[in-house]
This record gives sequence, structure tokens and C-alpha cells, in this order.
Amino acid sequence: MFGLSRTKNGIMESFRMTIDAIRQNKLRSILTLLGISIGVFSVIGVMTAIRTLESSVESGLNVFGTNTFVIQKWPGIRVGNHGDEKYRNRKNIDYPQYEEFKRRARMPIMVSVSEGTSARNVKYRDKTVKRSIELIGGDEGTIRTYNTYIADGRNVTTDDVHSVRNVCLLGMDVVDRLFPFEDPIGKTIQIRGLDYNVIGITERKGEAFGGSQDNYIAIPITNFLQHFKNRWTTLSISVEAPSAEEYDKTMDEAIGLLRAIRKVPPGKENDFEIESNAEMIERFSGFTSGIKLFALSISVIALLVAGIGIMNIMLVSVTDRIKEIGIRKAIGATRTDILTQFLTEAIFLSEFGGIVGVILGIAGGNIVAVIFKVPAVIPFDWALYGLIVCSIIGIGFGIYPAWRASNLDPIESLRYE
Amino acid sequence: MSSLISLQNIKRHYEVGDEIVRALDGVDLTINHNEYISIMGPSGSGKSTLMNMIGCLDTPSSGKYEFEGELVHDMDDNQLASIRNRKIGFVFQTFNLLPKATALHNVEVPLIYSNIPKNQRIDKASKSLTEVGLHDRMYHRPNELSGGQRQRVAIARALVNDPSIILADEPTGNLDSKSGAEIMNILDSLYSRGNTIILVTHEEYIANHAHRIINIFDGKIKDDKIVKKK
Ligand SMILES: Nc1ncnc2c1ncn2[C@@H]1O[C@H](COP(=O)(O)OP(=O)(O)OP(=O)(O)O)[C@@H](O)[C@H]1O
Ligand SMILES: [Mg+2]
Repeated sequence: MFGLSRTKNGIMESFRMTIDAIRQNKLRSILTLLGISIGVFSVIGVMTAIRTLESSVESGLNVFGTNTFVIQKWPGIRVGNHGDEKYRNRKNIDYPQYEEFKRRARMPIMVSVSEGTSARNVKYRDKTVKRSIELIGGDEGTIRTYNTYIADGRNVTTDDVHSVRNVCLLGMDVVDRLFPFEDPIGKTIQIRGLDYNVIGITERKGEAFGGSQDNYIAIPITNFLQHFKNRWTTLSISVEAPSAEEYDKTMDEAIGLLRAIRKVPPGKENDFEIESNAEMIERFSGFTSGIKLFALSISVIALLVAGIGIMNIMLVSVTDRIKEIGIRKAIGATRTDILTQFLTEAIFLSEFGGIVGVILGIAGGNIVAVIFKVPAVIPFDWALYGLIVCSIIGIGFGIYPAWRASNLDPIESLRYE
Repeated sequence: MSSLISLQNIKRHYEVGDEIVRALDGVDLTINHNEYISIMGPSGSGKSTLMNMIGCLDTPSSGKYEFEGELVHDMDDNQLASIRNRKIGFVFQTFNLLPKATALHNVEVPLIYSNIPKNQRIDKASKSLTEVGLHDRMYHRPNELSGGQRQRVAIARALVNDPSIILADEPTGNLDSKSGAEIMNILDSLYSRGNTIILVTHEEYIANHAHRIINIFDGKIKDDKIVKKK
């Protein structure tokens, strides 16, 4: 307690004196503080930018399935027919299960469904597409999980699904063949003899893995199940987590929910598969760690230079105040008192710079956010590290000047002019 | 009554190149409580060195120094700092105030180093300033005060920790005669209230305020006589 009040007094003294020292050596102080600020700024700025980009890339990747996983009866990749028995004996995922799942799932920001088959001889007036087209049953979220957007017209709505409407979306391949010179929206095509009204077309995705990604027709899942269902029909459920952080939680919820819906007894393994794209995130973080390292090395250099600046300003400050040190010693300051005073001063000095750097860094990161039109993320943890590092620099580079001050001879200091 | 200060064969030598400067060359001196002493002597005779020695700012090259029964010559830096803080009040020729601090804060600083809480510090410091007649100058900085007022702030600072002894090295040396007389009045009244005072001066009439006058020459005490009864 004794020591504490002494320390507190000392710190208040040091704070006053830091302000004085900064005032007296304005230019030098500003240059030094600038150095510290640049160091901290580069870390905080880059970290803010990376966090911001990360969050935007992740939200971008959502479309590519980063935060999305798919629940289905069959695994996505199977090697040979080994173990097929196990999957075949599972119940199909049917529409009531999906509906219940969608109704009860709390975490996901999007739940959608899809099932596909193929259709030949799709017609529009006198034109027929002979080769088979992928026929997809889905709902309002399905095109998102197919990684495309509506180019014209409108998407499938929940209304379309509930009312089992005969409406369809066309991929660009289908548009090319059936409507080379016409606007397809509002026209009626025939799929296996049934009439479907074209409500929208999707953006061209081009080829992937050697095949076209635009050769499909999407219709409401309810309609699909009414007309194209067979005993093998089982639904895929796409679930999108709100964020990468909540991905695992969302998945846990989905698994628990579906187990309950499908009445999987406790202790038994899931009777469905979960397909995810978690590796994508890992790949991205590998890329950002490179940038982080770069920013870190810039900061280290800037902070080192700033540290030397602090040392210089403190040495000058000691020389300027030799007389004062003598007076303080004559009236009872110990070496420790003087050491603490100058050390605290150095820490205050670097913290001033640090705080400015943090503020500028966060502002800079936010500018990046504005440019990329993504919500800014403030890296509080790095701001904290930045300020801690400033204290360390203050101590590291302030210790020598402080030590010099504390070791001055009181008589000689008093005589110093 | 035991003595306040006892110096036995105190030497303080400086090596300057090949030469040895004997600033103090075997000083024996005993000072009791409530004495008022003037130290006189030509320039370079060792007066300031002796004051610094007594004030625990300096340590002897050899000899024995006892302060209130404690052996000063054996003390480390921290103990010396603590003695200076609690037992000794310095008044310098050049005032030696902190230039950017107010009078009040200047007087407060010794109390900071003896861990006195803020409110008590303010109390004590303002009381001390009132004693030297500066109650209306507490928030002035040294450059806003006259020389005599600055020296009074210095005296207030010397008094604030209730020291056992007040050491004043040419306290009137930088002052006009009127301000000098004011300072001497304050020292006289401190003495009459029971304080112990040692004063270095070149002026006969200043020295005559004391009841005991010590003459120094070449680092040795040349004579030491009581000039007044208490
Ligand atoms: N740090 C030092 N190094 C070498 N010599 C010193 C040092 N300090 C004092 N001296 C010498 O010691 C001697 C006594 O000095 P001191 O300051 O005590 O004299 P003084 O009696 O106070 O003189 P004045 O009346 O001019 O103030 C002088 O010869 C001085 O040169
Ligand atoms: Mg002198």
C-alpha cells in the first residue's frame, strides 16, 4: 500500500512531466510519436484491412459454399461400390422432413432444397432439345446454392412452391437452344408433356470440369415431387450458417435436428451425410498469414526506428533536466524514484504515439472497408497488442536514459547550468 | 543531551588529473539541537563541500559522520535519500526550484517522496507557504516571483517535512539587501522556534545573526566560536 501510493504519485508526476517534455520539444516529439504511430498504424491498419477482407471474402465464399453445407442421403464422393449397402438402406430425405427441418432450424440464415433428374425432349413450339437437360426441383434459395443469379425475370418464390406452380427457370444453354431470337420470359415450354411457364433465366456460368454448368431447368420442388418423383428420389438440403464462427454450431444444430426428425436413436450414427467446404477457409487464411507477416515486419522496423527516437528524446530530456534531477535528489528522491519517473515518461510518450497509431490504423482499415464496400471489422486484440508493444518499446528504449538519469550525482547535477 | 551531528576527521578529496584537491581535510565538528551556526571562509575553502557533507548529498572519502546517532558514512544511496528527505532542509543560493511547477507544487515535492497522500500534501505545503508569508502566491510559478519570494518558497520547501536541520548555502547571495533581510528574519524566527540552522555566508552582518561562527580555510576549521548566548 505504501509502495502503491508512492507509485501513483510518481506516475502522476511523470504524466505531467511527459506533457511538459512533449511541449518543450515539439518537433522532436512529433517526429518520434509519428514513428511509433506509423509502426502501430501499419499493424492495426493491415489487421483491420485483413479482418475486413476476411469477413468479406468469407461472405463472398458463402456463395461458393464456405459457410454452407449440404445434407443428403448419399455421400458426395464414393469410391467404388464399397459400403453402398449402408447408404442404400437409409430412409430417403423427403419433403415433410425438409419442411420440418426448415421450420425448426434456428441458426441457419438460409435453408434450401434440391433434387435433380434428367429430362429429354424439352419443347418450345416447334423446337425440341433432344439431349438430356438436368431438371432441378428447388425453392427460393436453390439458385444461390448453385452459385448463380437471376439474369432476367424472377426467381422461384415460396408461393410458387406452396402452390405447386408449373413455372421454371432456364439455364443459358436451354435458352440458347429454345429461344435463340426470342425473349423466353412468359413463354410456355413442355417438359415430358407438361406445360411450364418460364419466369426467369439465370446468369451464364460457363464450363467447369469439362461440362456446361448452364444446361438445366429449375422448377418448384413441390411440382418436381408431384410429377418427377420415383422411389429413389431423396432431397439434398443446403444449409447456410450466418458466419464462419457459427458454422460449427449451425452444423451441430442441423445434425441434432435431423436426427430428431428422422428419429435416429441416441448412440446410433447419423443416417445422413454432411458435405462441407471447410478447407476453403483454411486456404484463405494461409494467404492472409503472408500479408500479416509482411505488415508485422514493417511495423517492427518502424517501431525500432521510433524506439531509437524515443531513446534520443529521453536522453535529451535527461540532459535538459540534469538540474531538476539534482533538485529532486537533494530533496529526497531515490534512484528508483528517478528511474521510475523517466521510465513512466518514456512509456507515456510511446503510448501517446501508440494510441494515435491505433486510431489512424482503425480509420485506415475502415477506409479499405469503404472502398471494398464491406462492413469494417475492428481488431481490438491487435489494438491491445499494439499498445502493449508500445509499453515494451517505452521500457526497452527508455531504460537506458532513465538509468543514466537515476545515476547522476546530485551535487554535480545541482551545479549544472 | 546527545548531539545532532558529529563529524570526526572528515576528509573529502577529489582527484583532478594527477593532483589531489583536499576540499575537506580533517574536519571535526559537533552540532547540537537548536544551534544557529554561520560558516565563513574564502572562496574555495570548502564551505559548500562541508554543507553537502552535512546534508548527506556527499559522502566522505574518510572519517566518521553520525547524524542523530545513525552512521551516515556507512549508508547506501537509498538511506541517504531518505535522510535528506526526512531530516534535512536545503536552501540554496540559486533557489533551485522546479521552474515549471507552481510554488505549491514545489513545496509539495519532498512530501511526494515521503509517500504522503495528496490532500495532506496540499495541507502541509500551503501551511508551510503561509509561514513564509506566501499564502497569496501559491499558484505562481518561479518566473512569476521575485528573488526574495523564490527564496521563501525554497525555505517553505525546506521546512515542509519538519527537518532536524536547515542548511542554507549563501541564501542571500543572489538577493538585494532588503530581500536578504526578509530571508534572515525568517531564519531567525525559525531558530527562535527551536529549529537548527547552518548558514554559509561571506557577509559579516549576515553571519552575525548566528550564535556560533565557524571559519574554514583550506578544508580545515580555522576557528569555531560562540558569539552570542542563546
Ligand atoms: N567535483 C569536484 N571536483 C574537483 N574539485 C572540486 C569539486 N568540487 C569542489 N572542488 C574543489 O573543492 C574546493 C572546495 O570547494 P567548495 O565548493 O566547497 O568551496 P566554497 O568554500 O563553497 O567556495 P565558494 O565560497 O566560492 O562557494 C575547491 O577548491 C573546489 O575547486
Ligand atoms: Mg560554495
